[in-house]
Amino acid sequence: MLAYQGNAGRWFDPLRQMRLMQHDMNRLMDSLRVPALPEFPLMNIWTGPDGAVITAEIPGVSPDDLEITVHQNTVALRGQRMAEPVGEGDILHRRERVAGAFARSLVLPFRVDGDKAAATFRNGLLRLDVPRPDADRPRKITVSRS
Amino acid sequence: MADQEINGSAAAETTRDAPVFVPPTDIIETQSSLLMVLDVPGADPDSLDVTLDKRVLRIAARSASSHPEGYTLQHAEYRDGNYERSFVISEPVDAAKIEAVFKDGVLRLTLPKATPAPTAKIPVKAA
Repeated sequence: MLAYQGNAGRWFDPLRQMRLMQHDMNRLMDSLRVPALPEFPLMNIWTGPDGAVITAEIPGVSPDDLEITVHQNTVALRGQRMAEPVGEGDILHRRERVAGAFARSLVLPFRVDGDKAAATFRNGLLRLDVPRPDADRPRKITVSRS
Repeated sequence: MADQEINGSAAAETTRDAPVFVPPTDIIETQSSLLMVLDVPGADPDSLDVTLDKRVLRIAARSASSHPEGYTLQHAEYRDGNYERSFVISEPVDAAKIEAVFKDGVLRLTLPKATPAPTAKIPVKAA
């Protein structure tokens, strides 16, 4: 008599088949993810040997209302965008622009120097320069022939 | 979609290889004017083009490149491109007094409503 082995063997095992089917179904369902809604603000991240540049599209937000914090390798951006005020008796035909408070935080693959970070805002585009600290920069090693 | 079908701009293509974005817009009608607020982040102020041809108001802009020198793009959520949108204005507006202000990536258009011509009374001569 053959010894029964839990999850192997050629014998038809309905329980095992069910378990496999469940596993397959789970895998199928896992890939059916709904894509995440576009977040506000939209960001582009650029990196170089000196650090990173984060650009974000934040139209209609005054630079004074933006709060940017840099801590180790995390950059957080928060602010608020006001909805267009609609007065008494005014008719609102379209409202497509998003409004409200927003917050996004990014984790960079390296530490950044918060003291040297600089931000500029122009035409609704924020540019945040976050350089890497000098001690943490990649070093170029020259290979000498011996 | 309906805006594009009317003036036929959907069939026309751009000469530049850049995507065309439809800027999100708020439109508020007040007693005296029509206020349009468009999000055009990164638009070059010199490239902004607002035209009113009969009843069709067309807004076009090109976003200036945001590519920082010496850096490579790691993660992208937006692209540079052109902004284009047109609206059919149903109210009669005073074309000479349209105001356009571009600030912080938001274009704000104020279209004052045309004052209706006073009712003309035509005397009828009895012959």
